[in-house]
Amino acid sequence: MELVEAIILAVLAASTPLLIAATGELVTERSGVLNLGVEGMMIVGAACGFAGAWLTGSIFIGALFGIVAGTMMSLVFALMALGLAVNQVATGLALTILGVGLSGLIGAGFVGERITPAVHLYVPGLTDIPLIGRVLFGEDAFIYFSLALVVGVWWFLYRTRPGLILRACGDNHVSAHALGYPVLRIRTLAVMFGGACAGLAGAYLPLAYTPFFIPGMTAGRGWIALALVVFSSWRPGRLVVGAYLFGAVTILQLHAQGWGVGIPSQFMSALPYLATVIVLVLLSRARTGGSTAPAALGTVFVPDR
Amino acid sequence: MLDPTTNGLHSGETPLLRTIGLTKRYGDFLANDAIDIDIWPKEIHALLGENGAGKSTLVKAIYGLIQPSAGDIFWNGKPVALTGPSEARSRGIGMVFQHFSLFDNLTVAENVALGLDGRESFKDISARLEQVSKTYGLPLDPKREVWQLSVGERQRIEIVRALMQDPQFLILDEPTAVLTPQEADQLFIVLERLKAEGRAILYISHKLEEVKRLCDTATILRGGKKVETCNPRLETAASLARMMVGGEVKQVKAAAGRQTTVPRLVVNDLTLAPGEAHGVRLEHISFELKGGEILGIAGVAGNGQDELFAALSGERLSRDPGTIVIEGLAAGHLSITQRRKLGAAFVPEERLGHGTAPRMKLSENALLTGHAASGMVHHGFIDTAATLKTVDRTTETFDVRKAKRDPEAASLSGGNLQKFIVGREILRNPAVLVVSQPTWGVDAGAAAVIRQALLDLATAGAAVLVTSQDLDELAEIADRIAVMFHGHLSAPLAISEATREKLGLLMGGSTLEPEEAVHAVGA
Repeated sequence: MELVEAIILAVLAASTPLLIAATGELVTERSGVLNLGVEGMMIVGAACGFAGAWLTGSIFIGALFGIVAGTMMSLVFALMALGLAVNQVATGLALTILGVGLSGLIGAGFVGERITPAVHLYVPGLTDIPLIGRVLFGEDAFIYFSLALVVGVWWFLYRTRPGLILRACGDNHVSAHALGYPVLRIRTLAVMFGGACAGLAGAYLPLAYTPFFIPGMTAGRGWIALALVVFSSWRPGRLVVGAYLFGAVTILQLHAQGWGVGIPSQFMSALPYLATVIVLVLLSRARTGGSTAPAALGTVFVPDR
Repeated sequence: MLDPTTNGLHSGETPLLRTIGLTKRYGDFLANDAIDIDIWPKEIHALLGENGAGKSTLVKAIYGLIQPSAGDIFWNGKPVALTGPSEARSRGIGMVFQHFSLFDNLTVAENVALGLDGRESFKDISARLEQVSKTYGLPLDPKREVWQLSVGERQRIEIVRALMQDPQFLILDEPTAVLTPQEADQLFIVLERLKAEGRAILYISHKLEEVKRLCDTATILRGGKKVETCNPRLETAASLARMMVGGEVKQVKAAAGRQTTVPRLVVNDLTLAPGEAHGVRLEHISFELKGGEILGIAGVAGNGQDELFAALSGERLSRDPGTIVIEGLAAGHLSITQRRKLGAAFVPEERLGHGTAPRMKLSENALLTGHAASGMVHHGFIDTAATLKTVDRTTETFDVRKAKRDPEAASLSGGNLQKFIVGREILRNPAVLVVSQPTWGVDAGAAAVIRQALLDLATAGAAVLVTSQDLDELAEIADRIAVMFHGHLSAPLAISEATREKLGLLMGGSTLEPEEAVHAVGA
C-alpha cells in the first residue's frame, strides 16, 4: 500500500512539469505557431525560478521569476519568427540552444545552494486517509494549478469567442486576416502564453521537485512536452491523460531498475516518443478527412497592407 | 455640388458608395490609379478587367483590407476611413471572397460566427443561420465541418455569412468560377432577390455573357485605371473584351479539315483508389483519343480530375498495365519518364510547385521535364547551352515576356509562366499532350496564344486531352467533351451536341440516359 501511494505521488510530481509546459505549447500550436524552444524556455525558467526563490525566500516569487523568464524567452522567439518571419523550426531550435547556455550562466552562482521546497497541502483528517489522502489532499500548489490550467485552457478554446478566433488563426491565417483579425498579434499572445507556461514548468523543478539547481536539470522534459502535444492530437483532455502516462513511464523507468527488471532504461526513455509516433499513425488512419493538426501550423504569415 | 455621374438616372441623389481618385501605390507600381466609381442602391454593378487590372486591390480598399495611398471613399455621401474589415462590416459592406475565407477544420456555425462582430451568443447565431439560409434558399447544416462540404456548399457559407450582417452593399469576387451552370443560375436568383430588397452588389467576373445577363452597370479597369463605365446590356461581349484588353482579342481558329488518325491515348476501364484521405476514387474510366483530336474533360473541381491527371502522367501507377495505352503500348505501370519517352507530355494545373519549381531558373525547369528525351543531358552531365536554347525557343515561339534571359520561374506573371510551361511541352513535339486547366487565371491575350497552340498541336497530328472548368474554353477548342463527376467519366459528346444544359446536368451528377427520364416522369 505504502509503495503504491508513493508511486502515484511520484508520478503526479513527475508529470506536472510536462503538463504545464505542454498546455502552453498546445495553445501556441493551436494559433498556428510551432515553437520548438520549449526546452530552452523551461531551463531558463528553472534557473531564474531558483534564483528568485533563493534571493527572496519565497516560492511564489520564484515561480513568478520563472514565468517572467519564460515569457521573455518566448518574446525573443516571437520577434524572430513572427515579427521578422524567420523559419519557425530554426528559430525554435536556436532558442533551445540559447536557453541552455543562458541558464548555465544565470545558475552558475546558485549551484550547490539549497532552498526550502514548496509546501504541500495538509487538511487535518482528509490528508490522513490511507492511499488517496495524500494523493488528493496533500499535493503542492503547482499540481492543483496545473489541472486548473488545463480546464481553463479547454474552456477558453472551445467556449469563448477569443478561443475560436485563436483556433481560426491556426487553421487558416489568410482567411483570418481577410476577416479582419490581427493574426500576428493573436499569435504573439499565444506564444507568450506558451513561454509563461514553459517558464513555470521549468521553475517547478528546483522549487518543488528537487530543492536545488543543477545545470541541464530539465533533462529533455521540454522535448517530451512537445511530443505530448502531438500525442494529445492538440486536445486538452487527452493532454492530461498523456502527461500522466508519460510521467508514469519516467517513474517506472527508475523503479524498474531498482526491481531488477531486465528492460534497458534507454528503451523506457524512448517510450514517450515511440508512443507519439504510434498515436500519430493511428490517428491518421482513423480520420477520414480534415486535419488533426492545426492546418497552418509552422507556416510563416506576412500580412499585405 | 455638381454630380459627376454619367448615369442620368441617378442625378440629384447620393450614391451608396463613391470613390474619388482612389489610388493604391506599391513602391513604384500603381495598382489603382485615381479610380472614381459610384455604386447605387438596387444596382448590380460589374467590375471587369484582366488579371492585374486592379480589381482585387479596389475591392480590398473598399472592404478596408488595405489602406489607399490617396483618394477618398464616401459612404452615403459622407467621407469615411475604412480602417479594417470590421469597420466596413459595421457600416453595411459585406464581401464574398474568390478564394474562400473559410476554416476547413471548423464547423459551418463557427465559420459564420467568425464573420460576425456582434456579441451574439453561439446559440443565437446558429438559429439565425438556419433562418437566413431558409429565407434565401441556401440550405446549410451548421454542425458540419467545412472540409466535408462541396465547393458550392462552401460558397453558400460565405454568402450566408455576408447576408447575416444584413449588408446594404455586397461585394462578390468571381463567385461563379467554381460553380456548375445550374448552381450559377441558383446564385443569380439570390442576387436578383437581394437587388429587389434594395441592396447594391458589386460583381467581379471574367464571364462577359454572365455580366450582360445579370448586371445593370459595368466599370472596366485596365492597368490600374478606370477605362469606362457603361451599361453592359447595350454592349456586346466583344466590345466589353476590347475595353478590357485595350485592343482586339485574337480569335482562336481551328485549321480546316483536321484529320483524325490512329488512337494515340487509350484508357481501358481504369479504376484507382484515392492516394490520400480527401481523394476521389476513379471508377471504370474508359476513352479513346486519336491523333489530330482534342478531347475536353469538363466538371466541377474535385470530382477526380486531379486523380485522372496523376494516373495518366504516371505520378500514380495503375496495377494493370493495360488500363493506359500510349502509342499502342501498355503504359499503366510505367514511370513518368518512361511515358515521356513514349512521346507523352504533361502540363499540370498548378503552375508553381507542380508545373515548375518556383525558385529554380527557367532553364533548370526546362531540364526537369526534358531530361529524358530532349538531349539536354550527356553522360550524366547537363548541357547548359541546350537548356538555355530551349528557353530561348520557347520565349520566341510563345511570346513569353520576362525581365532577363533566364529568370526564376516564380518571377514570371501567371500568364507568361503558363505560356512557358505549355510551350516547353509543345516544343518537345509530343504525340500525346495531357493538359490540365491550361488558361486558369491567365489574361485574355495569353489564353488566346495557349489555345491556339493546342489547336495547332492537334492539327499537326498529336492527341490532346484538356481538362478545364471553363466551358467556353472547351467549346472553343475541343472536338468532343466528356464530364467527370464523383470519379466517373461520362461518354464523350460531340461538340455539336454538347449544349450547356446537357453538360450542366452531367456536371451535377445526372445522367442523360432515356430510362432516367422515364423514371422522372413516373415519379
